[in-house]
Amino acid sequence: MDAQRHTRIRVGTLLCLAAFLGVPDGSGGLQAAASGGAAEIGAVPLGLPPVEYPADNPQTPAKIALGEKLFMDARFSSTGEVSCSTCHDPKKVFTDSPLKVSEGIFKLTGTRNAPTVVNAAYMQTQFWDGRSPSLEDQALHPPVNPVEMGLKDHQPILDIVRTDPEYVQQFKEVFGKSGEAVTMTEVTQAIAAFERTIISGNSPFDRWFFGGEADAMTPQQIQGYHLFVNEGRCVSCHVIEQTQALFTDNRFHNIGVGINAIQHQIPKLAREFLKAEATASEVDKKVLTDKRTSELGRFAISRKLDDIGSFKTPTLRNVAKTAPYMHDGSLATLREVMEHYNNGGVTEPGDPVNDFLSSGIRPLNLNDEEIDALVAFMEALTSPEYAQ
Amino acid sequence: MTATCLSRRDFLKGAAALGALPLTMVELSFADSSKNFTFAHISDSHIQQIQGSNFVYNWDRGLIRAVAETNLLTPKPDFVIFGGDLAQLGKKEELDHGAEMLSKLNYKVRCVMGEHDYYLDLGEYWSKLFGPHYYSWDHKGVHFITLNSVLTYDEWTHNRWPTAEQRMLEMAGLDNPNGSPFMVGEEQRKWLQKDLAKVKKDTPVVVFSHSPIQKIYKGWNFWTEDADEVQALLQPFETVTVVYGHVHQIQYNQIGNISFNSVMATAWPWPYPQSYAQAESHLPKLTVPMNRADPFFERDATGWQLIDLNTGRVTLRYNLWNNTNRTVAYNPETKQPEDTVYQSPDKRIPPQIHY
Repeated sequence: MDAQRHTRIRVGTLLCLAAFLGVPDGSGGLQAAASGGAAEIGAVPLGLPPVEYPADNPQTPAKIALGEKLFMDARFSSTGEVSCSTCHDPKKVFTDSPLKVSEGIFKLTGTRNAPTVVNAAYMQTQFWDGRSPSLEDQALHPPVNPVEMGLKDHQPILDIVRTDPEYVQQFKEVFGKSGEAVTMTEVTQAIAAFERTIISGNSPFDRWFFGGEADAMTPQQIQGYHLFVNEGRCVSCHVIEQTQALFTDNRFHNIGVGINAIQHQIPKLAREFLKAEATASEVDKKVLTDKRTSELGRFAISRKLDDIGSFKTPTLRNVAKTAPYMHDGSLATLREVMEHYNNGGVTEPGDPVNDFLSSGIRPLNLNDEEIDALVAFMEALTSPEYAQ
Repeated sequence: MTATCLSRRDFLKGAAALGALPLTMVELSFADSSKNFTFAHISDSHIQQIQGSNFVYNWDRGLIRAVAETNLLTPKPDFVIFGGDLAQLGKKEELDHGAEMLSKLNYKVRCVMGEHDYYLDLGEYWSKLFGPHYYSWDHKGVHFITLNSVLTYDEWTHNRWPTAEQRMLEMAGLDNPNGSPFMVGEEQRKWLQKDLAKVKKDTPVVVFSHSPIQKIYKGWNFWTEDADEVQALLQPFETVTVVYGHVHQIQYNQIGNISFNSVMATAWPWPYPQSYAQAESHLPKLTVPMNRADPFFERDATGWQLIDLNTGRVTLRYNLWNNTNRTVAYNPETKQPEDTVYQSPDKRIPPQIHY
């Protein structure tokens, strides 16, 4: 039994407990502690569980402020023009919507659509293919990727944070370290601490489902919810639980995006990974610079046949504000996404299904009205701070 | 020898760390290392025609995926066995559709007869596609035999049913009082005896059959009526393995010199009969129940297998979609096949006892 299954069973136990306490059904039920924003450490908006903080990286207000500053600093790129926030823009729900794939230095493009930082704190792995185990580790990679921030190594970052008077002061205050004692460990810990404050719930759905506000969602959105958990088969991966909704199962699925275009090349592409084990940094560069290799998805990391063409289930929170969609940004609207699923994992009806399609994906036979309702439901997942 | 051990340890370490189906073969300890090899085994796809060119989507996807993944194996397996029940009701359309999918395999394919392939036209069309119903061949020092173990009494086959379609349907049912037990039959046993007469007693022998050549549960034909006679022909050999399909689950057993290993279906899983009966029984005990399947994933609880042959014994590496892969290998200390991870009682996957 693997770790994921243990997690699921534990969740199952919680669900049983919740059933004894009273099941929220949208017409009145459990009231979770609500909070409008994420300013207060440990405060959790409606619909979200508490954030887990690593034992070696506790949250402090000063560390969060330092992390935010690092996150916004464009000096950590070879051109001095690209920061974390270039692709994860707070004004765009921490994405670079409406770009299909992200633009780094010199407008070089990668292969993948920028996932939001919002609620990334809850993800068990980072990046679309889960190649990074934590927010701290994740922050190491974009600065040295040739199509993102383009540095040869991390030294230019360290040079700045060890000498810039404001940073010197802040690192001293937060970590009690200065000079060579300040390393990428401290830099990434601060960034991760900031990212763990970017959590967002309290959407109309949360107020309806967890808050018991019967009119928080429209009748069409409520119809969409019922389709979401039944005929649409959405909830099996975009998980809603009795006391929280992260809209992800933290697993990887081949849903027929990207992979469909390279079907005949899979044997050749896959064999390269099966023959030699690449280092983490090689994989990072390869998947973001070679479009065809990128489409192997999780397989490039795990080398499990079961993972060919599979990508991490993203959250759906604020999804109406983060177009375009899918790991490659290939679908422009939520309606196109729904049609892709309705066709059983192919974008154009009648196109061949890829051999490695997840066995959870199959034609849904939803009609236009039902697809509209599902799209309306996803529009009810926008948190108030991103509603404008 | 040192190099061999080293590479194997690295290999196992790598496999454990990745949780992956091992794709990089290493030298194991066959008498002559050039004789180590792998083959893939795909079984029980039950391709089912609904009407015209419309086939059951779910069963199609299982076989398509097994074929596509098998084609990625690096290095390449020496051949592929298809373990029977390619069709659901033995129809030409089903066998043709299944054969078309199998034709995408980049390797030599050898087929085993299943009852779902046989009882419509008694294997006639199947034979046109895949050749003789039973046969043997030698490969890198191993003697391989494929048996048609799904025959039954002549009276049942030839004189009881008004139509071939009804005969097929009666044999396809479980717990069917009109059914009949599978057997290898006298004619084929005579052939087997003659075939084995040429084989030295220390030559590893691997037998492929559709039904288990052992008696597990008669009601579902997890059973071969003349299993004892067939086993008696095989027992004089030092190293014998029977690999069978039909049961759609992982089973393994040792009777004398004969190791028994089942393979997974690509179509759907069966439970172990004992768990179905929910009552005390005298079935052979199932020590490691299969992992619970998530019904959202149609492929969960199905799969295919890569088989290593070394020291004349098989190691089955089960590729279990949407689930945790398992490996069953012969343990030279206990002299029986065992799950390499879950066999110890404290490592076992707890069976599901609530719903």
